Amino acid sequence: MAAPSIAVTRVAPRASHGLWGDAFRRLLRNRPAMVGALLIVAFLLVAVFAPVLAPYPPNESFPPPAGETSQKLGPWPPSAAHPFGQDKQGRDELSRVMYGATVSLLAGLSSVIVGVTLGGLIGAVAGAAGGKVDSLLMRCVDVLLAMPGILLAIGIVTFLGQGLWQITIAVAITNAPIFARLLRGGLLSVRESDYVLASRSIGASRTRLLTRHMLPNSLTPIIVAATLALATAIIDIAGLGFLGLGPPDPRTPEWGTMLTDSREFLRSAAYLIFFPGLAIVITAVGFNLLGDGLRESLDPRLKR
Amino acid sequence: MTKYIVRRLLGTVPVLIGVSIVVFVFIRLLPGDPATAILGQHATAQRIAEMREFLGLDKPIWEQYLIYVTTLLGGDFGRSIINGQPILTEFLTRMPATIELTAGAMVFAAGLGIPLGRFAAKRAQKWQDGSITVLSLVGISIPVFVLGLTLQYIFAVQLGWLPATGRIDARTALELQSNFVLIDVWLQPDWTFEEKLSAFLDGISHLILPAIALGSIPLAIITRITRASVIDVSNDDYVRTARAKGLSERRIDGRHVMRNAWLPVVTVLGLQVGGLLAGAVITETVFAWNGVGRWIVEAIGNRDYFIVQSTILIFALIFLVVNLAVDVMYAFINPRIRYA
Repeated sequence: MAAPSIAVTRVAPRASHGLWGDAFRRLLRNRPAMVGALLIVAFLLVAVFAPVLAPYPPNESFPPPAGETSQKLGPWPPSAAHPFGQDKQGRDELSRVMYGATVSLLAGLSSVIVGVTLGGLIGAVAGAAGGKVDSLLMRCVDVLLAMPGILLAIGIVTFLGQGLWQITIAVAITNAPIFARLLRGGLLSVRESDYVLASRSIGASRTRLLTRHMLPNSLTPIIVAATLALATAIIDIAGLGFLGLGPPDPRTPEWGTMLTDSREFLRSAAYLIFFPGLAIVITAVGFNLLGDGLRESLDPRLKR
Repeated sequence: MTKYIVRRLLGTVPVLIGVSIVVFVFIRLLPGDPATAILGQHATAQRIAEMREFLGLDKPIWEQYLIYVTTLLGGDFGRSIINGQPILTEFLTRMPATIELTAGAMVFAAGLGIPLGRFAAKRAQKWQDGSITVLSLVGISIPVFVLGLTLQYIFAVQLGWLPATGRIDARTALELQSNFVLIDVWLQPDWTFEEKLSAFLDGISHLILPAIALGSIPLAIITRITRASVIDVSNDDYVRTARAKGLSERRIDGRHVMRNAWLPVVTVLGLQVGGLLAGAVITETVFAWNGVGRWIVEAIGNRDYFIVQSTILIFALIFLVVNLAVDVMYAFINPRIRYA
């Protein structure tokens, strides 16, 4: 009986570039995520360079397009000089939508940063401390989660007053409990892991355990959630603006406020609704696509 | 089971107390003197004094809170500052409109989302699945107010197929009894059957656009979850066994896949209720739908704080009850889960 010959082929090991490097490579290969990234880059460019890119200042009124004889200020339909039309004060809609990107970016980003910081702190303290502190903090989180999103935000706005930074804070507080739960859950699950135990056994301090081992290993869900939260934050801020809780200064080009200001022209000037609406949708699609892509590339087990 | 329900009910008590504290804080800690903040700068000194007394502002804060909770438990949610109407009465007359709207949205979202998700799972990784995934992504990314205005523009302004606003044709002399338009049309004593039917259909036609606008985000979420859940279960061993036994695909689907795939779907359905109530605030504003949501928005405009406060509280209560109901339903659907 001849011994069966086994052909052994050496498979060249795929070079690993570390957790983040691998994730980044996977992300680059994820086509929907790249479409999302492209949309976000476009949005960022417009938001940052609005003063350069926009054809006109956002608050200058312009005369009606040539051939219009009516004496009213606006709105005016799209023309060569004003491709998105002009609003009821004769202002250039394209420029206002572009400046609106700046407002949305600033408000959305700050609201998510505040939300992540606030929620992250609560979650980190709860997850690290455990015991009574943990249950008390999680009860507080339950309370915030029991109030349906926009209603809690409305309550906070009645308290803080109307305005852009007020709705930004309101949306941040509404989002914070989600981050708190995510981080706490992550911390709890890594707390019992072998590498934390190993590190603890060689006498690592609590702070070192938390900052060097536990936090970095619990951050991925937060990054994904923060990206997706940017989409909802921008939508919610526009929604509160739509309800009339946004910037009281009518000159601020906030997308939601622009929509609510143009509602009376739904029949006569739907373009005033279409373009700001489209801007919100495109931005939200971008962040949702990138968020989903990040989730898949940071945790490849999720991909089916 | 009973033990579990009781335990969960008791568990919601601290959360409710927490919510009532937060809501209490919204009003009592208004900048400046709350009574003046509530009544506005031009209120007479007498009214401000009355409001101070009503709020109990001269008492210590914890006593104010106790008074507040006691009146709440007595069913007194306070009165509207603007017209002096009891808030609970007004809430109850307006809630049916909101229920009609959210129920319509739920029927739309679940009725379309579950079949779509199952279909996408069957065609996983094919173009049909791809298109459904893209659509659900867009569905999640369109805010209610953008979709609502777009639907109004297309179906009401341009095509004229459906009414843009309201719950029923303004010329209909409908006498409200239950405040559910779709029920009340059948309760009109002097109407013929044809009149009732045509008014009912008119009510439905008013409901379609707002229900679609409000239901689009839940639709997208339900579709995604159903798809993922069905795919997940379809890869399980017992499904392969069932297939190997030679069972028909229909039977495998009904008996083995869906029974197990329901669980996450039911959870998500329950979780949508909070989102629907929140979304109703904006939807009702877009479609001039006379429910609780529009009432809150008007109340904010009028600085009628007690309405905002009480509505948040009641909505939180509804949300908690629904969550509890979902958890209990879990146990019925999935006998593997043993509570108690």
